[in-house]
Amino acid sequence: MLRHCRFIKPLLLREPPDPTSFRPRDLQELLFLGKHFHKLGEARMYDTMRFFTMSCADMLEEYFESEIVKAHLSGSSIIGTALGPRSPGSAYVLLHHYMGSIDGAVGAWGFARGGMGAITQALAKSFQASGGTVRASAPVEQILVRGGRATGVVLAGGEELHAPVVVSNMDVKRTFLETVAPEHLPPEFVEQVRRFKIRGSSGKLNIALDGLPHFPAIPQGSPSTRGDMHITDTLEMVERAYDDWKEGRWSREPYVDMLIPTQIDPTMTPDGKHYMSVFVQYCPYKLADGEWTPEKRQAFGNTVIDAIARHSPDFKSLILHAEIRTPKDIENEVGLTEGNIFQGELTFDQLLFNRPIPGYAQYRAPVRGMYMCGSSTHPGGGVMGAPGANSANAILRDLGRLQ
Amino acid sequence: MSAAGQYDAIIVGGGHNGLVCAAFLARSGKRVLLLEAADHLGGAAVTREFAPGFRVSACAHLLHVMPPALMRELGLEAHGLKLAAASLPSVALAEDGRHLSFGPGDLAALTSAAPGDAAALADWQAFLKRVARALHPLLTETPPRLGTDAWRDRAALLGIGWRIRRLGRRDMRELLRIGGMCVHDLLEERFAHPLIKGALALDAVLGTNLGPRSPGTMVSLLYRVAASQGADVLALPQGGLGALSEALARSARAAGAELRTGAPVARILVREDRVAGVALASGEELAAPIVVSNADPKTTFLGLLGPQHLDAGFTRRVSQVRSRGFTAKLHLALERLPQFPGLAEAALRGRLLVAPSSDYIERAYNHAKYNEFSERPMLEVTIPTVSDATLAPSGKHVMSVIVQYAPYTVKQGWAAQRGPFTAQVLATLARYAPELPAAVSASELLTPEDIEREFRINGGHWHHAELTLDQFMMTRPVPGAAQYQTPVPGLYLCGAGCHPGGGVMGLAGRNAARQVIREAA
Repeated sequence: MLRHCRFIKPLLLREPPDPTSFRPRDLQELLFLGKHFHKLGEARMYDTMRFFTMSCADMLEEYFESEIVKAHLSGSSIIGTALGPRSPGSAYVLLHHYMGSIDGAVGAWGFARGGMGAITQALAKSFQASGGTVRASAPVEQILVRGGRATGVVLAGGEELHAPVVVSNMDVKRTFLETVAPEHLPPEFVEQVRRFKIRGSSGKLNIALDGLPHFPAIPQGSPSTRGDMHITDTLEMVERAYDDWKEGRWSREPYVDMLIPTQIDPTMTPDGKHYMSVFVQYCPYKLADGEWTPEKRQAFGNTVIDAIARHSPDFKSLILHAEIRTPKDIENEVGLTEGNIFQGELTFDQLLFNRPIPGYAQYRAPVRGMYMCGSSTHPGGGVMGAPGANSANAILRDLGRLQ
Repeated sequence: MSAAGQYDAIIVGGGHNGLVCAAFLARSGKRVLLLEAADHLGGAAVTREFAPGFRVSACAHLLHVMPPALMRELGLEAHGLKLAAASLPSVALAEDGRHLSFGPGDLAALTSAAPGDAAALADWQAFLKRVARALHPLLTETPPRLGTDAWRDRAALLGIGWRIRRLGRRDMRELLRIGGMCVHDLLEERFAHPLIKGALALDAVLGTNLGPRSPGTMVSLLYRVAASQGADVLALPQGGLGALSEALARSARAAGAELRTGAPVARILVREDRVAGVALASGEELAAPIVVSNADPKTTFLGLLGPQHLDAGFTRRVSQVRSRGFTAKLHLALERLPQFPGLAEAALRGRLLVAPSSDYIERAYNHAKYNEFSERPMLEVTIPTVSDATLAPSGKHVMSVIVQYAPYTVKQGWAAQRGPFTAQVLATLARYAPELPAAVSASELLTPEDIEREFRINGGHWHHAELTLDQFMMTRPVPGAAQYQTPVPGLYLCGAGCHPGGGVMGLAGRNAARQVIREAA
C-alpha cells in the first residue's frame, strides 16, 4: 500500500493532462506521467496496473487468509462508493483512503481537535489572513454569464456581486445544471454533466451518549475503542450490504465505521458524556419503495443502532439523542447532490483526465472566467484540499501571475 | 530419451489454439509434434454425442470471434469447414411474448418497439465498429513489455497510443471514459428498453465472473467487438464446433505437423535449466528444444512443469490467477422443435437470449458471489438443428444452452446440486417455452467442475483465466509469461490463458507461433 501511495502522491497536486491534446503543456504532463510510471521499473509497473484495476476482495485474498482481517480492510474500499468489495476498481478506492499523510506518516488517520469543523475554521482563517473575505449565509442562486464570460453571481436575496473570475466549489451537477443557465453551455457538455455519476451510498449517525458504551469483545482498558471500530466480520457481509443498495434499500446488515472521538478530545461534549460518530454504508439516495420519509429515516437509524447494540449490550440505554442522516438529508443540508460524499463516484470513468468530464478535467468550465475547485474535480474528495490548490494554480496561470 | 532431435517443437494439447500454433510452426519449416490427451482433437471446441444420435458443440456453441483473415490464412474452407448458418440474429426473449429480435443491419423490429433505442443502437454499433478497427491490431500482436529499453516494446506501445489517437478527439475521449466502466451504467446512458439493455449486458458478462454493474465489463464487451472487428458475425459451423477443429487439424497436417491423440503429457522435461521435451503418462519420453503448452497456465506451470523450476514469486502469481469458471452448459435432446409463444419458427435459427434486463443479470450474478447457482439464470440458447439437421435424428432437435451463473464451487457441492440446477434452468426456459420440458428426451449438464475434468482446464473457465483488466495484455496470465515465453527457456504458452484470451478466436495460437519463430531466428 505504501508503495502505491508513494506512486500516486506526486500526481495529486498536478493538473491532469488532456490525452487528446497536442498543447505543449498537455504533452509535457503526459510525458511526466509516463516517466513517473516508468520509474517504478517493470515488475512494479505491472503491480500498479493490476492494483488500479482489480477488486479489493481479489487483492486482499492474495494477501490474507483470515475472513475478519479481509472484512476489516475492505471497509475503506467501499466508503462513499457505489461499489462492493468484489467490484473491480474497488482496490483503488482503498488506496484513495490511504494516501493521506499526517505529520509525515503516509496512510495515517487523525482526529482534529474540536472535530472536522476545526479544519475548515483554520482554512478560513488562513484565507482571511491572506486578505480574503468570507460571507456566510449567502447562498448563490445563479452564476452570471455575459457574452460567453462569467461576470459574477446573484445571491438568493437578489443581490448581484461582480467579478471576472467565478470559481464553483459546488459539485459539477449543482454548478452546471442548477446555477448556470443552460443557454451558456454547450449542449453536449450539459449532457455529459447529466451522465456524471454521483449516487449517494452513505449515511451518518451522530449519537450523543450518556457514558462510554461497553463492548464485551474488547478487553477492558484496551486502546481499541479509541480508534475506528467495525462490526463486520466477513467479506460476504460487506458484499451483501452492497446488494441491498443495488436494490434500492439500505443494508439490512450495514457496514458500520464508528468512532468515539470524545475519548481523545473531551472538548466536544459536556463532562462525562460521549459522542459517537457512525459512518454507515450502504444507504441509497433513492429508495425502491418511494421517497424517504421521517419514518423510513428512523427505521434506517434503528437498523444501525440494532446492529451496534448486538455488540454492545448497554449501548441503547446510553443513547441521549441520535441524529440520523440519509443521503437525502446530506443533500438538503450540505448541498451535495444525492449526498455523495466525494462529489462524484471514484470509478475509472471519473478519475484523472475523465474527472469530472473528459475534456474539462483542467478545472476550467466551458465558460470563460469560470472554474471548478470542488471534489468533483481531480483528484476527488475526502477532505484533501488538492482540487482547490490545483484549481488556484490553473486560475493564476490563466491570469498570467504564475510563472 | 528416444529419437533425440526428431522434433523442433512439441505442442502440449490439441485445442483450437494448439492446432493453430502447430499449423503456423509447421509452415515455418519446423518439425512439429502435437500431443493430445483425449482420443480426438479440438479441446473444448468439439462436437460430442450426448445422447444416442444427438450431437452438440460441447462448450462454445457459436463461432464469432475467429478473425476471417486467420480462417483464410489457414485455408479452413479448403480443409472442409462449412458454415450451416451465418450472420445469425439475436432474440431478446420476454416473458409476455413481446420478444425483440435484432440482427446484423436489421433493426426493423426494434424500430417499431422502441424507436429511440433503435437509433441509439445504430449509433452505438457504429461507434463500436470504429473502436474495434482501432483495437483489433492489439489482439493480433504479442503484448509489449513495459519499462524495457527494447525498441520493439516501445514501438508497440507508441503504436497503441497512435491508433487510439487516430480515432479522433471525440471517439478517443469516449473510449478512454468508457474503457473502465461497467456496462450497466453505459446502457443506462444510452438505452431505455429493458430487453435491449439485457441483451447487450449479456454479451458483456458472458464467460466472466462479473455482473453488469461490475466495472471492467465494458472491457469484455470491447474485447468481443474488437475480435470480430465490430461485425456482428455469429455463425454455426456445419457439424458443430468440432468441424472447425477438424478443419484446423487438416490444415496443420497439410503443413506437415504430426498430431497424436490419446497421448496425455505427464511432465514437461527440463535439463540444465531449459526445456528438453516431454514425458507422456505412458512413460515414453519425447525430446524437443521447444515445448509450447496449450494447457491453461496453472496446469502448465504447477502441474506439468512443477514449481521446482520456477521462483517462488512467479509460482505465487500463477497460483493466484483467477481461473474459476462461472459458466455451465446444458444440452437438451428434443423430440420436436419447441414453440416460443410470440416467436415465429424462423426466428429459432437465431441466438435466443434469456436476459430480460440488466438488473435480472445482476441478480443472477449476486448468487455467484456467495457460491450459489443463480436462482433465475441468464441463458444464451441456440437450436443448431434448425440450420444443421446432421446433429440429430430426423425430425428431432438439439438445444444448446450456455448458463450463467454456475460457480465452480457451490455450497453442498455439484454432486448434490446438479439436479436442482438443471431443474432451475428448465423452469427458466419454460417461462418462455411452456411446452419445452415435455419435449426433452435426454439432457446433459456440464458444470465448470465437469469442464475442468473433461477438457482438462483447471477451474473449468472457458478463457482459462478470467478476462479482466488486471489479467489483460501484459499482465495475462501473469507478468513474466505474458509474451508467450516463460521463465524456462524453450517453454512457451499458446492457450486462452494468454493474450488475447479464448472464445475460439485462435489468435493466442498464432501470436505464440510467431513469437516462437521470432525467438528461434
